[in-house]
Amino acid sequence: MKYMLLIYNNPAEEPEYGTPEFDSMMSDFFAANEKMKEDGVLVDGEGLQGIDTATSLRIKSGKVETMDGPFAETREHLGGYYIVNVPDLDAALSYAALIPSAKFGTIEVRPLMDYNPAG
Amino acid sequence: MGNTTPQTIAVAKILDEVIRNDRGRLLSGLISRLGDFQTAEDALQEASISALRHWGRSGIPHSPTAWLMKVALNKGIDRIRSSIRENKKAENHAQLAMKYTENIDPEDIPDERLRLIFACCHPALEEKSRIALTLRTVCNLTTREIAAVFIDTDSTIGQRISRAKAKIKAKGIGFSIPGPDLWSSRIDTVLSTIYLIYTTGYVTEESASQDFCNEALFLAQLLNNLTLADPEIEGALALMLLTQARKDARIDSDGASVPVFEQNRQRWNNHQIAQADDLLQNALKKKRPGPFQIKAALADCLMAEPNPDWEQMSFLYQSLWQFEPTAVVALNWAVVLSELRQEQQALTKIETLKEDLSEFQPWYAAYAHVLTKLGRYNEARVAYAQAIERSQNVANRHFLTAKLHELGVQ
Repeated sequence: MKYMLLIYNNPAEEPEYGTPEFDSMMSDFFAANEKMKEDGVLVDGEGLQGIDTATSLRIKSGKVETMDGPFAETREHLGGYYIVNVPDLDAALSYAALIPSAKFGTIEVRPLMDYNPAG
Repeated sequence: MGNTTPQTIAVAKILDEVIRNDRGRLLSGLISRLGDFQTAEDALQEASISALRHWGRSGIPHSPTAWLMKVALNKGIDRIRSSIRENKKAENHAQLAMKYTENIDPEDIPDERLRLIFACCHPALEEKSRIALTLRTVCNLTTREIAAVFIDTDSTIGQRISRAKAKIKAKGIGFSIPGPDLWSSRIDTVLSTIYLIYTTGYVTEESASQDFCNEALFLAQLLNNLTLADPEIEGALALMLLTQARKDARIDSDGASVPVFEQNRQRWNNHQIAQADDLLQNALKKKRPGPFQIKAALADCLMAEPNPDWEQMSFLYQSLWQFEPTAVVALNWAVVLSELRQEQQALTKIETLKEDLSEFQPWYAAYAHVLTKLGRYNEARVAYAQAIERSQNVANRHFLTAKLHELGVQ
């Protein structure tokens, strides 16, 4: 089963660039990446730029509306994601626990939809 | 021909008994091989219908449970094959299950209930769903029986159970035994669920609620039999046995609840107490303390003869605090302190907890109790009245009312 591990956190609580905490977070991210690759479960994974770079779009009565900023103002933002291919939820959770942001944010684990035409 | 009816009745009776005793085992074996709750339940249902026909014609098989397992597995494989044509995953399950039917040994159906318990008590499910699903699937209680204790309707519980089953499938919760890294947190969720089943049964006044207590004891015993002795499982089982042992003594002839150390010991179940003591001794030998072991030890100290060992209890609450730094633990600890002649400290501690426990009935009872010890009767009367107001339980209300009367109503 494929799962997306969505990384939500509050940028204010993230370790600051240049501090030892930041370095240890980055090396934990690196270790998590390596572990997922080594186990052959990593499908994809990216970090996102901050919400100040976000542009939102919706179509209202046929007209495209474009806005500066994210879809919803919340304290915790989507900051990145992994997609892993693993046998079950417990396996997905064990990889989610490797993501260092879990210590100050939340990792949401969601199965991807299965578009198998035979199913 | 004249025999047909009695024979059909006899077969139905035997089938009924096999299903009642072995449904959990059959279902867990089927689920872990067919990979899905619903398919497994439907397959078992179909196999039961076949059993009525076949057993009536050719006699009761040597091992009815193995017969049902084999036939249900075949039915399940057929279902998977016909409902989903080329789905690879389903094919894998079908192949796996096939391999199993070939090797089936009628005398030896592996017990897969442990996997099923871990799936039903997965932390990714809501607490109440865990309880309902476990009771329905592992213990074979009916939705009606479960609903009676929760004071819900039959259909609400039915829906909750089917939603939980759908969630297990959609979220990809596996029927697996957690590995060493997950073991202790998972066993904790399982034990909390079982303990909640127990306490729900214990505090509810419905007659059906005794089932919950018995099922919780059954589940903990099962868990203990199916795992390599885990001290927390032993602790949880010991705790429930010690509570259960006092069942007949907990309410007096006036219908008021009786504090443990004032209970008539003649009415305690010594067999259950001895069993609990053995379990607790075994658990403590492993030197891996945990909250259930500590709570069982607390129950044991409370039941000590001739008086509770308050001093030891105070140490135990200190250890429990390391695992569960909650307001409820702090409240119980404060009450123990008040028995050790530290009434003033106890009162101060209780007062600081008021904000967190303002709707918690035992807070008012504890407050009233300590105020009484300090001779502050007017305030104690008010607190008892507030405790009575918040009491959900008749026996408890009787007990508190008696305490209030001892102080003389003003």
